[in-house]
This record gives sequence, C-alpha cells and structure tokens, in this order.
Amino acid sequence: MAAGIRDKVAILGMGCSKFGERWDAGPEDLMVEAYLEAMQDAGIEPTQLDAAWFSTHIDEVGTGKGGTPMSLALRLPNIAVTRVENFCAGGSEAFRGAVYAVASGAADIAIALGVEKLKDTGYGGLPTGQAGTLLPQVSPNGSAPGNFAQLASAYRAKHGVSRDDLKRAIAHVSVKSHANGAKNPKAHLQKAVTEEQVLNAPMIAEPLGLFDCCGVSDGAAAAIVTTPEIARSLGKRNLTTVKALQLAVSNGMESQYNGWDGSYFHTARIAASKAYREAGIERPREQISMMEVHDCFSVTELVTMEDLHISAEGQGWKDVMNGFYDADGQIPCQIDGGLKCFGHPIGASGLRMLYEMYLQLQGRAGERQLSNPVFGMTHNLGGSPSTNVCSVAIVGQEGA
Amino acid sequence: MVGIAAWGAYVPRLRLSRKAAASANAWIAPNLMGKGKGERSMANWDEDALTMAVEAARDVLGPGDDRSHVRGLWFASSTAPFSDRLNAGIVSAALTLDRAAASADVSGSQRCGLTALAQGLNAVKAGAVSCGLVTAGEHRRARAASTQELDFGDGAAAFLVAEKDLVADLLGHGSYTADFVDHFRGADAEFDYHWEERWIRDEGIVKLVPPAVEAALKQAGLGPDQVTHFCFPSTFGGMAATLAKRLGIPAAAVRDNLAAVMGEAGAAHGPVMLAHALDEARPGDVILVAQFGQGAEALVFKVTDRIDQARPARGVVGSLADRKEETNYLKFLFFNGLVEWDRGMRAEKDNKTALTTLYRNEDQILGLVGGKCRETGVVQYPRTRISVAPNAFAVDTQDPYPFAERKASVTTYSADFLTYSMSPPNHYGTIDFEGGGRIFMDITDVEQGDVDTGLPVKMVFRLKETDEKRGFRRYYWKAAPDRAARTQPAALAAE
Repeated sequence: MAAGIRDKVAILGMGCSKFGERWDAGPEDLMVEAYLEAMQDAGIEPTQLDAAWFSTHIDEVGTGKGGTPMSLALRLPNIAVTRVENFCAGGSEAFRGAVYAVASGAADIAIALGVEKLKDTGYGGLPTGQAGTLLPQVSPNGSAPGNFAQLASAYRAKHGVSRDDLKRAIAHVSVKSHANGAKNPKAHLQKAVTEEQVLNAPMIAEPLGLFDCCGVSDGAAAAIVTTPEIARSLGKRNLTTVKALQLAVSNGMESQYNGWDGSYFHTARIAASKAYREAGIERPREQISMMEVHDCFSVTELVTMEDLHISAEGQGWKDVMNGFYDADGQIPCQIDGGLKCFGHPIGASGLRMLYEMYLQLQGRAGERQLSNPVFGMTHNLGGSPSTNVCSVAIVGQEGA
Repeated sequence: MVGIAAWGAYVPRLRLSRKAAASANAWIAPNLMGKGKGERSMANWDEDALTMAVEAARDVLGPGDDRSHVRGLWFASSTAPFSDRLNAGIVSAALTLDRAAASADVSGSQRCGLTALAQGLNAVKAGAVSCGLVTAGEHRRARAASTQELDFGDGAAAFLVAEKDLVADLLGHGSYTADFVDHFRGADAEFDYHWEERWIRDEGIVKLVPPAVEAALKQAGLGPDQVTHFCFPSTFGGMAATLAKRLGIPAAAVRDNLAAVMGEAGAAHGPVMLAHALDEARPGDVILVAQFGQGAEALVFKVTDRIDQARPARGVVGSLADRKEETNYLKFLFFNGLVEWDRGMRAEKDNKTALTTLYRNEDQILGLVGGKCRETGVVQYPRTRISVAPNAFAVDTQDPYPFAERKASVTTYSADFLTYSMSPPNHYGTIDFEGGGRIFMDITDVEQGDVDTGLPVKMVFRLKETDEKRGFRRYYWKAAPDRAARTQPAALAAE
C-alpha cells in the first residue's frame, strides 16, 4: 500500500457561508462569503494561492461548467482552477485535489471551494435532472429520498427489524441532528424537534417522512491547505493535519450483480477500511472522536454507522437509540447539525463537514465544542445506494 | 390445413365501476344512469393499445426464449400510438422476434383485428410464412359523460397462426366492404363521431354483416345451424342475437360479448371474443367470429383435439379473473388524459428521447435483454463488454440473455410521493431474477402497502414516458406483482 497522506498536509484556514434558503445571495456571493472567512483565518494574501479546486454539481441552476465562476467571483490571480464534480461528494473531491497538489509539491498553498445555489428552481427538493440519454429511458422516475429509502426496506428484511423500530431509530437520528443544529448559527434549520413531530411528519418516500430528509440549501465552504512546515512558518500552532483521504466508487457490483443485499454501502466499507489504515487507526470505535457523515436521509446515517465499522452490523439502530452518536455520546455525530440541519448545498457539503471537524480540533466550535477531540472523520457520499461515490476523510491533531 | 396454434389475451386489471362513472355524471347526463351496471376494463396510465397487445402476445408465446419460429407479425389497432413508425416494430422488439420476420400494422376500422388475423392465416395458407403472430390491442378514448365511455373497454388478444399443431382449423373466411360510416375519427381528431344507432343497426349491421358470414360459412361448407360459438361484438343490446336469428345461427351459440365485465375493446374485441371462445371450447366446436366496420370480416374455425394442451397461462378467462374494482371515476379521467391537472414543476422535465441511443440499445430497452457470461455463468443487466462479476474482468464473454419472462422478486423498494407520477406514490426498487441478474426498475399495478421485500414480481411491458411536446412515447419494462406466484409461496421458495 502507498505511504498515504497522513500528516503531510495541514489546514491553514477554513470558511463557510451561512447555509439556508439564501434568497439574498447568488453563487458568487456565497463563494465570497466562505472565501473571505477562510482567507482571514489563513492569514494570507490572494497572491499566495498557487492553485484552486472548485466543486459545484448542478450547474444548470448554479454557476456553469468551468473553473471561471470561482476565479471570477474571487478575482483569483490567474491561477489554475480545476472544476470537479462527483455527485454530492464534490466538496471532498475538491479538497482531495488541493491536498494532493500540496503533497506533491506542485503547490505550496492551495484552496478548495465548493458552492451550490439550489434555491433558484421554483420548487422544493433537488432539481430534477437528466442523466445522459440512456438512463432516462430505463431508470425509474425516482427522487433522492426514494432512492435512499430503498435502504430501509432492505435493512429491515436483512436484520429482522420491525417497521416501527426502524422508523423510531431513524427518527432519533433526526431528533439528534436538530438538537445539534439548534446550536449552530450558520445552520439552515435551527429548531429542535421532538420524536413525535418526526414520526408524524408527511411521508416523502416510504418510510422517510419530511424530517428524515436533509435541508435543500444554498451555501459555500472553503479550505486552504499547505504543508505543516509552511503553516508553522506562517505562525500557525496546534495544526490540524490530514490523516486520510479515501474515495471508493461503485463499479456495478451493487446495481448489476446479485451479491449486494441493498442494506448497506459497499463503497463506504471499502473507503472506511482504507482510511483507517492510512490514518493508522486500529480501533475506530474507540479512537474516532467525532464524525460528520453524509446524512442526506436519516436512514443513510443509520446504516453508515455500520459501514464505517463503528457499530456492528445490524446493531447500528440500537447504538442510535442508545445515544451513542448524540452530542453527549461516545462518538458525537453531526455535531454541527449535519446535512439534516446545517443543510446540503451539494458541491459544498464535503467541505462543510471538514469545516466543523477543523473548528472542533482548533477549539473554536463555540457552544458545540467537544472536549479534546483528536480525530475527526468525514463521510461524504454521492449518488444512490446502488451506484455511488463515497469519500472518507480523517483529519486530526498533528502527530496523533 | 392452416389455423390457430395458440392464443392469448390481456385485459387490464383495473375495472371501472359503471355505477361510479354514471353517478359522477348523473348531474349532467342523467340518461346514463340506466347504463350504470357492471364494469369496464380500464388501462392503467402506463398502458396503451401497443403494450396490451404485447402482453397478449406473451400469453400466446409462453415463457420460452426461442421465438425464432415466428416468421410474420401483424399488429392491429385503431388506436396505435404511432401514425408513422411501425408499431409492429416495437412489438417485435419487445418480444425479441427475429428481425428477418415480416411485420405489418393493420388499422383503419373496427374490424381490423379480424382483418389482421385473416391476413396472417392467408399468409400461412399461401406459404409466405410458416408461422405468424397476430396481436390486436385497443385503448379507445371517449369524451367524459358519453355513452361510449361506459360501453368501451380496453384489452387485447393474440394468436399464433400456423400450418401444424393447430387448436382450431380455419374452415372459412368471408369479407365484405361498404363505405357505411357508422362513426369515424379523422386523422387529427381525438374522439369518434357517431351517427344514429337505429340506422347503424338496421341499415348497417343487419345488412352488411350477413354477406361476410355467409361467404365464410359457404367456404367452410357448413350450415349456420352447425355453429356452436358465435362471436360478434356490438355495444347495441341484443345485436348478436338479432343477427344470429337472421342468419339461422342457433340462439344458444351466441356468446356473451363481455359487456358486463370488460366493455368493448374496439378492434381488439372480435379477437378477444374469439380467444374467450377458445378458452371455453371443446374439440369439434365450430366458432364463427365476425366484426363490423365498413362492411365486415368473418372467420370460421373448427376446434381440434389439441385444444386442451395449448391453453394459455392467462387467456381471457384468466384476465377477467385478475381484476381490481376502481370506483374513482376521476382517476379514469386522469389516466385517459381527459383532465388538465396540476402536475407540478417536477413534471416539466423534457422527455425528448435520443433516438440514436434508443436504437443502439434496442434489445436492452425494448427487449429487456442482458448478458450471460460464457466463462463464469454470471447473468447481468445490461450486457457490457467487461463482466460485472467482481474482480473477474472477463472481456467480450457475454451472450444475450433475455429477462422478460424470468420470475423475479423485490429486494429493495420505496413508495415515493415526491417524484412526479401519474399514480402516486411511485413505486420502484431493486428486482432480483431467478437465475441471476438484477434491475433497478419501476413497479406498476400496485397501491401503497402492496409492495414488500420478497414480493414475487413479473415483467410487464409498459409506457415509460410520454413526450407530449413531440408526440413520442417511450416504452420499457416494469415489475408488477406476480399475483399467481404469491398464492404459491411454498413452490417458489423450493425453486
């Protein structure tokens, strides 16, 4: 196995816009908001940026398909801007590009920025799109909640969990995230909810009700990365370094081969195992301090707890019910509210997750601050359960 | 000898209660209350004349993969989806028939179902084809609160015509043509325009059908008294009996026109009644089927000893037994495009079809054909150059493998209220096939609560999307509950 990225790159600064229904802001405004915060945090001038990675997904309602929207919005000094997209995991992809550029020596300082302007479509939920010319002729006319709800039927069947038990467990996932989001001034949704509210909400796609679905939000997030040496030379101490960056991509095993039962994410299991190895983590359930996972839907978060090898298979729903992942639990999950409440501007979400891990590791998470976190893990998924890309990143205290 | 070697039928599962429809319209059409009895078959929103004809044809052909014996295909309908695109070509692709087989659309009159059957039989008789498939489907639209709305039904029937292994020998065929316009539908018109019933009955049917019937009987060398099943569709009460009396056909031979249980399926109804007669026929029976339409078409068959060996899995009897009453008249209006309703912004998606892509993937899309690896035996959908078997990387090892007739079951599913659907919630999920392979696909003919993991399903050929802007219809396969399999769970589990 390759030597890996562990401790080769440090986060110099990060920024994140207010997420939500930003009727006041276009994608350029959102980018500037995240960028200025990150630049101020990093304490550098624009001319010190060597390269940029730009993540945005639904360009039809957003910014366009090239690197220019970021360069124009931020008036970057004619540096390379690479636009990336990988479904909802584009933010992590941008981060990966910037980190690898620094690790390779091609850039001293690089920036990754993700943005999505979703609330210009005229309706709720994600914009409907075409996926080329073949898929529309054969794929079901579905939606994101409908695709992810498939997990619930398969999970129930595989583990013999009753409809009511699973519905209650996923309700707890959302109740917990709302409680966390209520403490986050940048979050899209900042109201706590009760289990009864979640259980009685209108059905979106069985068994997912309204509160089982994440916010559809506008927003941007950015990370500036460099080498630990340069970071120190710029006066930074208590560095947050990158421990692992893994990405696993479906190859049809799930969707076209009968070996997958539909109840879990094959890619997440692979990416997580590789990430732990890269980060030198042997006992994730004990060593991971906190996580931000891709809770696009409550049931996604629940099965992900198993896919990340934190909960034993078939036991994730019990850990959820026992508060293992609550803010005061053993591994707080979605401490910033997650996609559920912080919101899900697609191209920005992977970077937003890292932003919270970074703030926590730097001791700057305010009311949400956890005590002495060492390793923070992010899990950023794109696609659907049967066909997806899954990014797992681990950041932590330098040397840990 | 030529004749029918196999038959099949399809009647959509939904049956609109005529009482519900008549009651809904009683405020404006109180005269219809008298017709508010029984039920009419009602195509689901994703069914049309063509999809029903495909289902009837599948009932004829059975589950075997080898369909190379079919050398000719006739598709008959007065409501075919395309005016200029060979509708039979879509049927052929859906059934994975040999491309070298001849195919034709037959249309233009209510008798065209029987015309197509006669053409198929004559082609066999002439030695042009050894075996042909004739399938007729009809999905007639009628204005809200019209009598036609209550009289009509949707359905299809199909026949394999051949020169051997016959269940019914063709004894005679008669045809008569007169430009008698009882009703018409112009090329660009949405609905039929009808003339007075008494004139149609007395000057039309009673005078124009007998010459065709008499010609057929003459050719058969039979007298009218020898007819044991007389199939004659008409929405006019007692019409077939009147005709039988005039022709000298025994009253007992007049068959039920299924008005009470399905309504009249237009050009497919003569074929449906013939299929129904075959369902119930005994060896030696003489079946006379005729249908009116600018004259008439009449065919006489004699049932052979093989009849009991060739019964279709469904037939008309099976189709009629698989029913679900629909009392929501508004749903009927929505499904038939008779209401301008708020579909929401999600329905604004452009459904333009890339015809290049459609043709390049014809067997995948229309035939539901995947691949089977010669080296590993792995079955997959779609067929690809590199095998999907994990870390096997076999290249160019797959043979075409059809999925449409395989038994399958639901592995994952959801009922989606968010996405645009003509019949929400939209059900879809991962479908696993016996023998391997899986497809993520729509699930149709279900209501909330019907679907669960493990539900046995069968493949059905349906409308996928309509491109209203360009007048194009996309077809694809969907999963529907295999209700017959569900009643035999033990047998399925044992396989």
